[in-house]
Amino acid sequence: MKTLVLVEHDNATLKDATLPVVTAAAKLGEVHLLVAGKGCAAVAEQATKIAGVGKVHLADDAALEHQLPENIAPLIVDLMGHHDAFLAPATTTGKNIAPRVAALLDVMQLSDIISVDGPDTFTRPIYAGNAIAQVKTSDTKLVITVRGTAFEKAASEGGSASVEAVSGASDAGSARFVSAEVAASERPELTSAKIIVSGGRGVGSGENYKALIEPLADKLGAAVGASRAAVDAGFVPNDYQVGQTGKIVAPEVYVAVGISGAIQHLAGMKDSKTIIAINKDEDAPIFQVADIGLVGDLFQIVPELTSKL
Amino acid sequence: MKILVPVKRVLDYNLKPRVKADGSGVDLANVKLSMNPFDEIAVEEAIRLKEKGVATEIVAVSIGEAKSQETLRTALAMGADRAILVTHDGVAEPLAVAKLLKAIVDEEQPGLVILGKQAIDDDSNQTGQMLAALLGWAQGTFASKVEVEGETVNVTREVDGGLETVALKLPAIVTTDLRLNEPRYASLPNIMKAKSKPLAQKTPADYGVDMTPRIETLNVSEPPKRQAGIKVGSVDELVDKLKALGVA
Ligand SMILES: Cc1cc2nc3c(=O)[nH]c(=O)nc-3n(C[C@H](O)[C@H](O)[C@H](O)COP(=O)(O)OP(=O)(O)OC[C@H]3O[C@@H](n4cnc5c(N)ncnc54)[C@H](O)[C@@H]3O)c2cc1C
Ligand SMILES: Cc1cc2nc3c(=O)[nH]c(=O)nc-3n(C[C@H](O)[C@H](O)[C@H](O)COP(=O)(O)OP(=O)(O)OC[C@H]3O[C@@H](n4cnc5c(N)ncnc54)[C@H](O)[C@@H]3O)c2cc1C
Repeated sequence: MKTLVLVEHDNATLKDATLPVVTAAAKLGEVHLLVAGKGCAAVAEQATKIAGVGKVHLADDAALEHQLPENIAPLIVDLMGHHDAFLAPATTTGKNIAPRVAALLDVMQLSDIISVDGPDTFTRPIYAGNAIAQVKTSDTKLVITVRGTAFEKAASEGGSASVEAVSGASDAGSARFVSAEVAASERPELTSAKIIVSGGRGVGSGENYKALIEPLADKLGAAVGASRAAVDAGFVPNDYQVGQTGKIVAPEVYVAVGISGAIQHLAGMKDSKTIIAINKDEDAPIFQVADIGLVGDLFQIVPELTSKL
Repeated sequence: MKILVPVKRVLDYNLKPRVKADGSGVDLANVKLSMNPFDEIAVEEAIRLKEKGVATEIVAVSIGEAKSQETLRTALAMGADRAILVTHDGVAEPLAVAKLLKAIVDEEQPGLVILGKQAIDDDSNQTGQMLAALLGWAQGTFASKVEVEGETVNVTREVDGGLETVALKLPAIVTTDLRLNEPRYASLPNIMKAKSKPLAQKTPADYGVDMTPRIETLNVSEPPKRQAGIKVGSVDELVDKLKALGVA
């Protein structure tokens, strides 16, 4: 089987989110990558080095600069003339593009797979991970999004693939990129961090979040996250949200501070290796999944913890 | 402008899904089913656009078993003007749903279709994008802000890195994220009024759409359970544990 993997990037660097998808694709067959963007030759160069990649297709066109699905999907459909499976990371970019490709190919997408069980059989979580479904498709072309935390990252060095230019991109004219507000942070990225400290409604305010959660994260070299309640209350921006409808994370250590442990939050972090919970309510559901719990007032515990580390 | 809002009936989000012992799926017998939370947000957004004078009519659509009528009545009670139920027992995959919705769009000619970004049962996150592809329309997914200006809709999207704004030519597809709005509760008088609003009943055959699933579910199982761990009594103990984990 010949697979085509959508490379996630910002026209300058290849994002780590691509690497687990390469691992998933390699279980199906030969791996080709697609770098679609504008002025993104450097990304293609990085892509050629990923271990196990056979070929890198480079589509460099102004219409592709912002990954607009209206412009990228037709290009992918063309490439699918000689590929059997299209795989994208289950990021907001992948989730935006892949179903559009699937519909144009008249196939059902397999969303957010967590394992490849055969050439047509996959496992995926449903109901926010409260149930796991094994599914088999009858479509002959596959369109798949891959949950990054479920597969090892392919090595980003060691490969020596060739680059092939792809032409024929055009602007569908129906959508235009206006602006982006991207949060710049010195901290590790949430979805690839080894340690995450998350704050919930219990933290109380944005000021408290800055005064308590961030210093603890800095001591641990951790990324910072939040529950939906903390995001909705405006303590932190939306891209901090962990959960069914936020980011799915699986770090070595996840520290939940003032988070009750609603099923929608657990859906995003329960595959973490070690979960540590700090909550004043000893019956909070988070303690049912936590490996280490500390019952008490976070306003006392967190500063003390930060100072003792 | 007319707005079409597809709404799906799903297991209430407050309930914990129970996997059936025979591994055939999640038990939906005798449990509360409600409108998918993202679809409530879609209905609310359509109503707000009507209140602003941008929209003139809101049509709610559901594809599912006959009981999905209740979900449509909820949409009508919130403020939708009429409803279409496409009755179908059994699995309705996003691709088939998108094909039905395309046929309905061809008939109704809405200027905007607002869907939920994902249904909380299957978490597929596909239907809106598929519908956009089938129609050849632009799509604004994971919306946290929607502004119609003349022939354009500006959609602010929640993306992994933060926020992104795109300008889409109408007609277009929007899918809702959680922070777009807070849906209203239907008042008792409006619930009563909704009972007499028009609700058309259709079948997939009326639209010539083949509902045969492409994906077969082999089995559904419980995820591995996490064991509750230990509780420590002090910050010092916690620091020791963190040191043992090698992170402090
Ligand atoms: C469709 C849908 C999707 C959703 N998606 C997500 C999602 O992706 N992610 C997500 O997180 N949520 C999601 N939610 C929301 C979820 O249901 C919960 O409402 C949310 O996770 C609660 O956040 P919380 O734990 O911070 O707040 P709460 O549930 O209010 O918990 C606050 C906790 O802080 C503790 N606390 C308070 N003060 C202190 C103190 N001084 N010291 C110590 N502890 C203290 C309390 O004991 C409590 O346990 C979703 C909901 C819906 C309907
Ligand atoms: C193991 C398993 C068993 C299943 N068994 C059944 C079953 O017995 N009966 C059954 O009916 N389904 C069943 N399904 C569900 C069926 O497959 C889903 O309806 C389909 O996959 C749609 O996925 P989604 O809702 O997650 O789509 P998404 O793409 O996540 O939905 C996004 C949005 O599309 C719109 N939308 C989606 N579906 C509809 C709809 N039907 N009507 C109106 N708007 C809609 C909504 O606005 C929704 O917010 C089963 C699924 C699984 C995995």
